[in-house]
Amino acid sequence: MSLLRRGDVAAALLGALWLVTLSVTVAVGMSFATGGAFRPAIGAALLWGGAAGVLALRMGRAGVRAGGILVAAACLLGLLPPMTQAAGTAAQAVGAAILGGALALALRATLAGLVPGANDRHAFEAAVIRFLTGFGYIFFTAIVAIPFWVMLMTSFKSRAEQVANPLDFGIDLSRGRDLFRSYEELFTQFDFGLYMMNSAFISVVTVLVTLSFAIPGAYAVARLRFRGQAAFSRAILLIYMVPLIVLALPIYIAFSLTGLRNSIFGILLIYPVTTIPVALYMLQGYFRGLPAEVEEAGLMDGLSRLQVIWKITLPLSLPALASVGLYVFMIAWNEFLLAFMLLDDPSKFTLTRGIAALNSSEIPRQHLMAGSVIATVPIMALFLGLERFMTKGLTAGSVKG
Amino acid sequence: MPVAGPPRGRGPLARGEARLAWGLLMPTVLIVSAVVILPLLAIFWISVKPVQLSDLRPPALVLREDLRRVEAPGDAGTWRFRLRNSSPDRPLRGVSFADAVPPGLTPGSLPEPCAMADNRLTCTFGEVPGGWRERIEVPVTAGPGFDPALRVQDTAPATTAEATSVLTDATFTLQNFARVFDGAEFWDVLYATLFYTVVGTIGAIVMGLFAALLLDKSFRGQGILRGLYLFPYVAPVIAVAFAWIILFDPFSGSANALLIRMGMTEDAINFFGERPLALIMVTVFEIWRYFPLSFLFILARIQSIPADMYEAADMDGASPFQQFAWLSLPQLLGILSVLFLLRFIWTFNKFDDIFLLTGGNAGTRTLTVNVYEQAFAISNIGAGAAVAVVIFGCLLLFSALFFRFISREEGL
Repeated sequence: MSLLRRGDVAAALLGALWLVTLSVTVAVGMSFATGGAFRPAIGAALLWGGAAGVLALRMGRAGVRAGGILVAAACLLGLLPPMTQAAGTAAQAVGAAILGGALALALRATLAGLVPGANDRHAFEAAVIRFLTGFGYIFFTAIVAIPFWVMLMTSFKSRAEQVANPLDFGIDLSRGRDLFRSYEELFTQFDFGLYMMNSAFISVVTVLVTLSFAIPGAYAVARLRFRGQAAFSRAILLIYMVPLIVLALPIYIAFSLTGLRNSIFGILLIYPVTTIPVALYMLQGYFRGLPAEVEEAGLMDGLSRLQVIWKITLPLSLPALASVGLYVFMIAWNEFLLAFMLLDDPSKFTLTRGIAALNSSEIPRQHLMAGSVIATVPIMALFLGLERFMTKGLTAGSVKG
Repeated sequence: MPVAGPPRGRGPLARGEARLAWGLLMPTVLIVSAVVILPLLAIFWISVKPVQLSDLRPPALVLREDLRRVEAPGDAGTWRFRLRNSSPDRPLRGVSFADAVPPGLTPGSLPEPCAMADNRLTCTFGEVPGGWRERIEVPVTAGPGFDPALRVQDTAPATTAEATSVLTDATFTLQNFARVFDGAEFWDVLYATLFYTVVGTIGAIVMGLFAALLLDKSFRGQGILRGLYLFPYVAPVIAVAFAWIILFDPFSGSANALLIRMGMTEDAINFFGERPLALIMVTVFEIWRYFPLSFLFILARIQSIPADMYEAADMDGASPFQQFAWLSLPQLLGILSVLFLLRFIWTFNKFDDIFLLTGGNAGTRTLTVNVYEQAFAISNIGAGAAVAVVIFGCLLLFSALFFRFISREEGL
């Protein structure tokens, strides 16, 4: 352990780990950007990164810069091949520059506080944590961004382009309006405009119905004393855990027998019920947190319970209502299983059901991805615009998924 | 002298409050029992019935009527009815039909089960077996009042027929459960379910913990990163599932292209089509999609740990890793165990993700996917319901554990 904490060893180790991380990142990033072949060389990266680390530790600022330049040069000369094969000289130069610069930045941040000789545990662990933090940012950003990036870029490409080079995610701007062809076709030939309206309508109605049931219910559970209160709150949680697929089967049978299948009304009958327990659960938690004194003052001044709810509790809980409403909207907008099982008639499809219908071998892949983008963008926009409420909604009641 | 004290028992105010509470709760109770409790009971009922998908359409009497060789007044031809039972194997009871004789026609001798009264033809068959077909031909002659433009098809005869539905009759079977627990397949399903649930839950929590530790600092762009890290959870499952399928496609997927170019593999890997890789991939997808949720919960808890504890630990010379192990982790244990139990239940219940990614092929069929598989792919609704009953039993067990070990004070 104490050997590991010696400055040179620690710096070499961290430098090597950094260079491996960065070469893989740069190679993947450059591959996606240019479609060329970039291959990270792990072994060489370990060596050069270790050297750069020691250099940076021994010589301070100048060493950091030197390490970066050294790596970039090695990379250009082909000694350190994070990017070999026919990548093109320009691309190789850009890659080398990015790699060198990134390594310099990373080393400067990570190795600050380490000394060449023996380090105490505190300094060593702080440096390791700085590496892990940087690594974590790169890792999480990559794993989250790549699937969405692929979704977006595939929707702009033609089938031929995709098969020709699955790695190329650059946009060929010369195609102009043609880039958006799959979107155009979805809206003109596949009725996605209608599906979007259906989804929006269903989601909004679901939110309204859910809130109108959940608000009085949650208030009763949170504030009023009655026999069976505790059992009731448990029952809410229990119902909230019943898997949808278990309910979907009898609902499918009942809807088939009564002719409610294939109707938006039938969907509107089911969706709120799947969300009411969640909303009830979230809202009762919030109502419990409101100060009871305000309401009692209202009661003293001669308001009835219902008036207290309407005039005091509801205005106070508007942010919570927004969170719950958004969360319910998200569930309804993203719902797939029930829409898939209950809707067969294309004129009544929701967006998710419409996308499922695009998944056939006759329809090109970019249509599928364009449909996914169309379904994802509104909920993302809503989420980013109202992130505060959304995050609160997510944490408040929902370990559900 | 009476001792003064607080009133005991339930006064009128308390009763009024309880009445109001039930009034407020009643709509919810009614609608939830209609759509949750009833289906749950129905599942138990169906699981012991031999119900096939085709049984959802009850047997019906199909009748076609036409007039042959009668075109003008004076013609002699037949007035014909063709009847059949739409179900090949289930009987119909009380089968009969009645039709008014079209104007201008005079029926001749009537065939066996038919009778005439008030110018109405009535034929009664009683109970008929599955697959039954019958043809009734009534000889007719057209009188002078016959209208050549007449189409007997335009007025439908009145029919009666009763069918017993398998859903409501008294036939029961344990065959469904026998099928579910049958042999190697059941162990396969159980293994996939357990692997998916345990690894998926733990993976998502560990990743969430890591992400929460990352974002527990304030810096510029922290809000953006936090928003970005929530994307997998917020996006519609169908969109991200298809994005993954395309990303990992064996022929035109970028992941394979990347691996081949980098020299990691020689041939394209069929990520979602091979055992045991497919199960690992759907589990990775589950971790990817649900780490944001654990991360949100853990982050909220981390930020509520008072900072002076860390300052004191710093003073005492605790290193960062020691602080994490001895300060943060014990504080987080409560939320981690709640998360584990809840996520465990939810992952166990998960259906859409696997259904979209692999359809339950290549060893990824979990219990929930098996419900769909049995009910719709094999068209055996009863067997699907039996699997659902098994799932519900497991769920009750988990919930009992949940309420036993997690007190409500621990955050949820």
